[in-house]
Amino acid sequence: MRPFTYERAASPADAARAASRQPGARFIAGGTNLLDLMKLQIETPAHLIDVNRLGLDRIEPTPEGGLRIGALVRNTDLAADARVRHDYGVLARALLAGASGQLRNKATTAGNLLQRTRCPYFYDTAQPCNKRQPGSGCAAIGGVTRQLAVIGASEACIATHPSDMAVAMRALDAVVETVRADGATRRIPIAEFHRLPGETPHVETALEAGELITAVTLPPPLGGHHAYRKVRDRASYAFALVSVAAVVQRDGSGRVALGGVAHRPWRVEAAEAELPRGAKRAMAAILDGARPTHENAFKLTLAERTLASVLAEARG
Amino acid sequence: MKFDTPATSNPIDQLRVVGQPVDRIDGPLKTTGTAPYAYERHDVARDQAYGYVLGAGIGKGRVAAMDTAAAKAAPGVIAVVTTLDMPRLGKGEMNTAFLFGGAEIQHYHQAIAVVVAESFEQARDAAAMIRTRYVREPGRFDLAAEAPKAQLASADSGEGSGAPQEDRTGDFEGAFAQAAVTLDETYSTPDESHAMMEPHATIAAWEGEKLTVWTSSQMIAWGRRDLAKTLGIPAENVRFDSPYIGGGFGGKLFLRADAVLAALGAKAAGRSVKLALTRPLIANNTTHRPATIQRIRIGAGRDGRITAIAHESLSGDLPEGQPETAVSQTRLLYAGANRLTALRLAVLDLPEGNSMRAPGEAPGLMALEMAMDEMAERLGMDPIDFRIVNDTQVDPEHAERPFSQRQLVQCLRIGAERFGWNRRSATPGQRREGQWLVGLGMAAGFRNNLVMKSGARVRLHGNGAVTVETDMTDIGTGSYTIIAQTAAEMMGLPLEKVTVRLGDSDFPVSSGSGGQFGGNSSTAGVYAACVKLREAVARRLGFNSAEARFEGGQVRAGNRSVPLGQAAGEAGLTAEDQMEYGDLAERYQQSTFAGHFVEVAVHAATGETRVRRMLAVCAAGRILNPKSARSQVIGAMTMGVGAALMEELAVDKRHGFFVNHDLAGYEVPVHADIPHQEVIFLDETDPISSPMKAKGVGELGICGVGAAVANAVYNATGLRVRDYPITLDKLLDRLPELA
Ligand SMILES: Cc1cc2nc3c(=O)[nH]c(=O)nc-3n(C[C@H](O)[C@H](O)[C@H](O)COP(=O)(O)OP(=O)(O)OC[C@H]3O[C@@H](n4cnc5c(N)ncnc54)[C@H](O)[C@@H]3O)c2cc1C
Ligand code: SF4
Repeated sequence: MRPFTYERAASPADAARAASRQPGARFIAGGTNLLDLMKLQIETPAHLIDVNRLGLDRIEPTPEGGLRIGALVRNTDLAADARVRHDYGVLARALLAGASGQLRNKATTAGNLLQRTRCPYFYDTAQPCNKRQPGSGCAAIGGVTRQLAVIGASEACIATHPSDMAVAMRALDAVVETVRADGATRRIPIAEFHRLPGETPHVETALEAGELITAVTLPPPLGGHHAYRKVRDRASYAFALVSVAAVVQRDGSGRVALGGVAHRPWRVEAAEAELPRGAKRAMAAILDGARPTHENAFKLTLAERTLASVLAEARG
Repeated sequence: MKFDTPATSNPIDQLRVVGQPVDRIDGPLKTTGTAPYAYERHDVARDQAYGYVLGAGIGKGRVAAMDTAAAKAAPGVIAVVTTLDMPRLGKGEMNTAFLFGGAEIQHYHQAIAVVVAESFEQARDAAAMIRTRYVREPGRFDLAAEAPKAQLASADSGEGSGAPQEDRTGDFEGAFAQAAVTLDETYSTPDESHAMMEPHATIAAWEGEKLTVWTSSQMIAWGRRDLAKTLGIPAENVRFDSPYIGGGFGGKLFLRADAVLAALGAKAAGRSVKLALTRPLIANNTTHRPATIQRIRIGAGRDGRITAIAHESLSGDLPEGQPETAVSQTRLLYAGANRLTALRLAVLDLPEGNSMRAPGEAPGLMALEMAMDEMAERLGMDPIDFRIVNDTQVDPEHAERPFSQRQLVQCLRIGAERFGWNRRSATPGQRREGQWLVGLGMAAGFRNNLVMKSGARVRLHGNGAVTVETDMTDIGTGSYTIIAQTAAEMMGLPLEKVTVRLGDSDFPVSSGSGGQFGGNSSTAGVYAACVKLREAVARRLGFNSAEARFEGGQVRAGNRSVPLGQAAGEAGLTAEDQMEYGDLAERYQQSTFAGHFVEVAVHAATGETRVRRMLAVCAAGRILNPKSARSQVIGAMTMGVGAALMEELAVDKRHGFFVNHDLAGYEVPVHADIPHQEVIFLDETDPISSPMKAKGVGELGICGVGAAVANAVYNATGLRVRDYPITLDKLLDRLPELA
């Protein structure tokens, strides 16, 4: 951990301003990801801006009939919220499938969206990694890749995004609300929020330097059957090999987003028309263009079979 | 005292304290956080500075240059010692990899520097400022690829288990060729990490030439000897102290870099230094259970009797290393006239492979007991019946050598009954519950019982209390408690009157903790010292020692009864002795046995395997404390589930290192993975083993579990996976089509 300075921001706009003033500054929310990365010197911020006391910890109804989730709402509180459990079951289940009770008590909505990859080579500073050190190369390609991406990856990076929550939010078409240093706010659809690695895997989101997430809004409830199925090597406390977030309607139509397969939550809206024709057809369309490695090709089969299981359950 | 004839009756047989399920006497200290582990011993040395160990970033090659200028100038830094500052250090007797010094890099995360600073954060920070230039060399990192170059090799783990390089009885090839039913399959087990909770940690302080290390070590005498050897100083100048240990599983049997670098750092800094190895260093800097590739051939008649059995195992290690003795149980577990076992060793440039809980048997039984399941199916026999038909009461290689006790058949029968084995369908893939396929599996458990010389000192105080001192360690197993129980039983005292002090090299040398020999051996040493103390007490009080009874804090004979404390006088009364062993272990085969039973559910769509129920029935001599013994067994069963389903150090075969070097990447079972576990101990005493009539159980609990899980997966799905761990990707393509 490099030495750093610390301040507690007074307001969201103030936080964004402070961040743009200081190059290399980072917001700190729950700290469950950032602090680990700082200890390993994978993140080396010179300045931390604590955003925990900005009053961004409320869950409120929106005029449209949806929900607005403050950026600092803890994962535990979000998963326990009665409206979330009732109307957005996929999100509650995704949250509870993530990390551990202790971590969820600290982890925040914004921090969860922005958690960084669990690629093992990213974590080993003796290894080249384009995400950690742009231009140094990618040690994962040709190495141990069982956990890594099967679709949307690049020659520069094959990492996945580890969040469960974000996968459910992608299925729900959530919108990320932000404020910038000049006080301007914007709304970023979650589909545009996380980026594919391309040539610049270190640029992970659409956020600009110093831009602060203030909330995530959910559109009005979709109804239907909500499922989040996380498949992993042990029963709990592990990142997904593949996860499926699904909202399935009575007529068999629905939405599907995948975790564990790409650099961002993976959803192909056009492919969802295939859902009523079954998991095989739908997953073939969702994972069209996949380029797995020898070690992780099983994820294609796994995704299809997991979706089949989810659809079978939805049919009851 | 020498134990060379089978035990007759002795005070332990009273079982007033021994054999009772008493709580751990160190439990309150541990649950309140007041049992200080190595890194927490803030009071033992003044002015403790913090050390941080830097590991090499290459798998093989040389360090060309290290630039430490920035690190030395960093805030708080007191000293920086690099591997280029000294020639390669000597090596302890139990070490394969060199621990420090010189330019050569033998394996990834080999220690190349220690930074000492005022705070941990400063030390860590400065370590990251060291710039190291390497010359990489190609390494041998792929066991399967090195197989053709592997050589026959014998092994002696030093903690008792071992096997010759090749061992033949009868004519295996001839009998196998003639056998009516045969099996010839290859099984593999991965590299595994001990993943104990407490990292390797040491505080070191010098006083002139004298060095004290407060550390975390299973084997005090080995550690002291090997630290002295490594540093090139006389062993008398080293004191090792390790009263509390947060798990070891074999990872702390041997001297590791933490003790060496704390000592070097302290010397350089002129201050006491504390340091702990980070998680990544535990995977790549210390030792691991090496991967194996095992070929098993079994031939049997249609009656199920084995006529030919061969087990050959390949593993790899650094130069001067040893093979994993995965074939050792196959020499003893089943009858059969024609036998072959062989060990092959390939040179690998991965980190050092070495003992991990039940070295040899744990991975060996994962293969053998799966092969037995397969063979039973080929014979059309129930797997339990197949094992019973091939039971042997004598060493199959030396018929004149009986087992001292062998209740394997009883374990299997009782287990079958208690587990509801009759509900298992002999045809796999038959039982379905919703989306889950359910199956039952079993395996025999086997682990040799080793006895080791062990000493203790017992002091009687004027108030009638007793203090036991021995360098025995308690690695979470319950040594404190069973030693106290032993002394209480021998001296006729309640448990509260006994104080136990462990883990200090100033105390008499004990067996230490390893190879499941610690419980029986160390208490036998305490028994010996107590016998001596009883004699001294009797002498002082004027009793005939053969007649004196020690009970209720009194010494009694005839009508006379004297408080025990009276014998102590002002100065107290001390006796010291050790238990040594004659040739009973040669004349009798001493082993422990278990029947392991597992029910699993495999998800029909995803192939996830979840264990639902487990049972172990153990025959392991007298159980000194059923509560701590049960803890040992359920912990070992849990580890067996890990080995079966998830644990694997993933090798980067290009760069030569274990990639998943933290507890997020190296998965061990969590609570949700471990369902109902039951343990049954057969009522057994083994007078051939020791006066305690006990044996080990701490490793027996893992031996066979992996195969029982694998066999249950097969019973659930009809799919055989011979390559551990059985992760879902190995099942997925063969699971039934989904609707
Ligand atoms: C052992 C372990 C297991 C885990 N398992 C899972 C799992 O199974 N599934 C899963 O989904 N997650 C898992 N996690 C990750 C966990 O969910 C994240 O660490 C957590 O959600 C991050 O939230 P935080 O508030 O602590 O973020 P921080 O660590 O505080 O911040 C993370 C990043 O977000 C930035 N940030 C924070 N708030 C804002 C804001 N308002 N605006 C802009 N930027 C901001 C920070 O600058 C930082 O870069 C695991 C974590 C650990 C340690
Ligand atoms: S996959 Fe991405 S994160 Fe992993 S090593 Fe390559 S560049 Fe780094």
